Amino acid sequence: MNYVIPTIDWSVLMPTLIVAVTGIVALLIEMARPKQNNNLIIGVSLAGLLLGFWSLVGQLGQPVTSTMSGLVYRDQFAVLTQMMIVGVTFLCFLFSEAYLRQKRIAFGEFYPLAMWSASGAMIMVGTESLLMLFIGLEVLSISLYCLAGMARGEQRSEESALKYFLLGSFASAFLLYGIAWAYGASGSISLDAFRIIQDLPDTAYPTMGLFALGLMLIGLGFKTSLVPFHQWTPDVYQGAPTNVTAFMGAVSKIAAFGALYRILDAAAPYQAAYMPVLTVIAILTMTVGNLAALVQKDVKRALGYSGVAHAGYILVGLLAHLKMPDKISLTAVIFYLISYSVMTVGAFAIVGLTAKAGKEGTRTQDLNGLWKTQPLAAVALFVCLISLIGVPPTAGFWGKAFIFGDALTAGLTTLAIALAINSVISTFYYWQIAKAAFVDENIAVQNDFAPMSGGLKATAVFSMVGVLVAAFVASPLLTLGQTAGMDRVETGTKMQVLDPRVDQIPDDMPRPSGFAAPGGGPPPPAQEGE
Amino acid sequence: MTGGIGTITSTILIPFIGALLVLMVPEEFKKAIKWMTLVVTGGAFLASLAVLNVFNQNTFHFQMVEAAPWIPQWGIQYKVGLDGVSIWLFVLTTLLTFLSAIFSFYIDKRPKVYFSMLLFLEAAMLGVFVAMDMILFYTFFEATLIPMAVMIFVWGGSNRNYAAIKFFIYTFAASIFLLLGMIAMAKHHEALTGVMTFDITAIQALVASGKFWEGTGSMQAILFWAFTLALIVKCPMFPFHTWLPDAHTEAPTAGSMILAGVLLKMGTYGMLRFSLPLFPEAAMQATPIIMWLAVVGILYGAIVATVQPDVKRLVAYSSVAHMGFVVFGIFSLNQMGMMGGAYQQLNHGISTGALFLLIGLLYERTHTREFAKMGGLKAQMPIYSALFLLVMLSSVGLPGMNGFVGEFLALAGGFYSAAAGSFGLNIVMPFLAGIGVILAAVYLLWMFQKVFYGPITNPDLLRLKDLKPWEIGLVGVFILFIFWGGLYPNTFLKPMEKSIAAARMMTINEPGLRPTWTEARHEIDDDGHLVEITTRKSDGTIDETAGIRRISDNRLYTAIIPPKESR
Repeated sequence: MNYVIPTIDWSVLMPTLIVAVTGIVALLIEMARPKQNNNLIIGVSLAGLLLGFWSLVGQLGQPVTSTMSGLVYRDQFAVLTQMMIVGVTFLCFLFSEAYLRQKRIAFGEFYPLAMWSASGAMIMVGTESLLMLFIGLEVLSISLYCLAGMARGEQRSEESALKYFLLGSFASAFLLYGIAWAYGASGSISLDAFRIIQDLPDTAYPTMGLFALGLMLIGLGFKTSLVPFHQWTPDVYQGAPTNVTAFMGAVSKIAAFGALYRILDAAAPYQAAYMPVLTVIAILTMTVGNLAALVQKDVKRALGYSGVAHAGYILVGLLAHLKMPDKISLTAVIFYLISYSVMTVGAFAIVGLTAKAGKEGTRTQDLNGLWKTQPLAAVALFVCLISLIGVPPTAGFWGKAFIFGDALTAGLTTLAIALAINSVISTFYYWQIAKAAFVDENIAVQNDFAPMSGGLKATAVFSMVGVLVAAFVASPLLTLGQTAGMDRVETGTKMQVLDPRVDQIPDDMPRPSGFAAPGGGPPPPAQEGE
Repeated sequence: MTGGIGTITSTILIPFIGALLVLMVPEEFKKAIKWMTLVVTGGAFLASLAVLNVFNQNTFHFQMVEAAPWIPQWGIQYKVGLDGVSIWLFVLTTLLTFLSAIFSFYIDKRPKVYFSMLLFLEAAMLGVFVAMDMILFYTFFEATLIPMAVMIFVWGGSNRNYAAIKFFIYTFAASIFLLLGMIAMAKHHEALTGVMTFDITAIQALVASGKFWEGTGSMQAILFWAFTLALIVKCPMFPFHTWLPDAHTEAPTAGSMILAGVLLKMGTYGMLRFSLPLFPEAAMQATPIIMWLAVVGILYGAIVATVQPDVKRLVAYSSVAHMGFVVFGIFSLNQMGMMGGAYQQLNHGISTGALFLLIGLLYERTHTREFAKMGGLKAQMPIYSALFLLVMLSSVGLPGMNGFVGEFLALAGGFYSAAAGSFGLNIVMPFLAGIGVILAAVYLLWMFQKVFYGPITNPDLLRLKDLKPWEIGLVGVFILFIFWGGLYPNTFLKPMEKSIAAARMMTINEPGLRPTWTEARHEIDDDGHLVEITTRKSDGTIDETAGIRRISDNRLYTAIIPPKESR
């Protein structure tokens, strides 16, 4: 077989490259910077992110492209999720410096690490290759492991990093093992593996594929913090520095859901098998997340569990799309991810105010008196919280309404009702946080808040306004998302089988056992368009 | 349509923009904030009067409709309009907010946030009564929660946190299923026609022809309860009333006035707007259950009110009873009862609003609401006690005052329906509800006795001064409406008549014979018959010379008469 050197469409790669390279540049600056002055790093990082965002804007609505033999893939979903990742990173950078300074951990490495993490996330959502997906996940995670432990000398942070690292590697191993199984069964490391398996004449292959899917779901279930793989979430969220928590809560979730979507979409032949399982998982995730959040005394833990619950909500939207991929687009999921990211980052940004002069208290009562001393922060927190509850006219309400709609269209009434009940449960703990900030006055707690930096003000105002005007920008956002998950490659450029062995082994030679087609014949060539 | 003074949109925008402006004033200028709010609420009141002036009472259709696409992908639009059911609630909202803004001159704690919340609340409440799109309705419906909860939360009494959370969660929990129901309706409309819309007129058109619920089995009943439960909680009706006494007791006076005066009406208004016209068969089936709940609520509210140690709590429980009358009238499903129910909404808003205002005036002086610390106020504050007596009697339902008209109509309507054996109603219901009227006299007169008669036991009361002139004027506005509504109720009843008749016929008529909002030729004539008209005269009345066809008889008091052929 003649081997064609894959063509590279650089424009598709560009955003990810920009973010990753900016990370490298930022690191170089960090090495040469004047002592304890991160301004240049921040400036360069923000500029790089803006550039990356701008190059993504240009790709909106562009035709679906697969380049580097399918290692890099662009469709509307990829572009939108990448925009979210870059945007959230930008938002987190805005308030990070002041927080890190208050916490006395103003290391310049935060910025390059976070940007590499973001680039890993961008790789994850924009690929057709299972291996690339894994690499993206690792790039995302390894940087995050370091970031979680950034508050060196703080026991919680160390614990958080170690826990995240151990459990995360474990989950990655599951994912990789799943990929190996898919590869073993199909001879392909592309997402097409699941489809290829279906065409193989032996019934053993689909079973292998199912096993592979199960393993991958465990791996990604960890990253998306679905119950029962969620146990790490509250500990890591609590221990990590708050700006890292915000970054992690949003970026890692977006990326993991992007990857989950890619895999579940590719595994459509197994829908009958995974749908009931994921339905149960979605209900459990929502319920366990919310119930556990009720009894938390730490804001970051509560928000961590709320992140678990919201993962369940997003999964409902995802399942609705997967059930009717031609009728329901991913626009509701994208809308929800955007609003979730904005309100979570906003909430964490404000909670970060409790860090002052090297000390940080994140218990609920540590927010007491916020309303008196920092009204803007308190109001922003309140708005983010009511949006997390889902009260109109905030973004959280629209996100929920759209997911309700999709779930009802897809006939997932049980999930819709479970979501509704869970929204009610969640009211209690969000309200407790609001109450701590607004009403309670506990003189035993020293109500000392860091002053609001300009960046934090910008973050707070952006999340507050963004959440409130969602009603007016919902329509254009929905239009953008309308093609997400519906656009497919039609020209047949979809990734070819990457494994050279399959095509290069002459027909008369013995094949590796995994590829031996029963009857001695060659396995059917894996091709696009069946 | 374009905006401008005297349109619905501008009336909503006045308080909304006013709230934003108030937020920009620095906190130090307390006076400026208060006067600004006063001007804004006054302006909104005048704007609503301008709307009332344009309102045409000769039709049941929505008027002054303004529509603009909002989220077209989901068939969500900004569509507002008024009809006879909503017009008075619209005016009542601006009036009560204006009056409570005047009272709120007493507020000195964080006035900026307080008054902006008051204005946001007004905008949201106005939106509820004019929304013709279900999602728009829901948005406004829920948007009222936040300012109200914040008002209780920050300016409330000692137990305010509990009350605010209870209020918020109770109503939020119920209405999330309302949202689910709305989306299910829109999706069903999409399944039938291919167009997803939340426009109630479009959905009602299909309901009226019977196509909407054809072959859907129990779906109609399920969605009816999804809608109605949310509205029942908002009313609130027994057994979902428990949030109300807490919220009322802890809320600041202006909050209580608005809560009792307007927020509760959103529930009963929603019944007239959604539960009846959109789910006719299910509504008729559920009538006995809801009527029993209303009767139990009337009696329970009254009995519990008699034993309350706190004036505000007493009035709160009396609200449960009074709202029971409203629901009782509405679900009697005959013209008299429904008119009574709809009218009682206004009366309750006026009377109970006035009661809370008077209690608030006293509370500002004494800082107590317990009966044990009152007594003998009559000698100390003669004007106050005279005004209190009038308002209290209106709440009892003394003939000549507004409360009597509404309660009488509602009870009579229930009696007619029950006597005719319609909808599975029992004749016991109106009798039991009638006992509620007597009980109202019992607890309200006892309250009056405990507060105003007997010796003064609390020495603090001896230094009380009577009402100031502006306070008398404030209460005087309420008294004016109390007598106006009692002596010449036609001012208020007439504009509602046709829309109420239409709502009734949308419910009890057979498919195909129901009035339809989208059918401009459908009209209710002066005798209450549903007719198909050809043209109208310039003043909006039916031009009978141009030809007229009767679709359905008026069936004012019963649903049993079979429909007649056209004449």
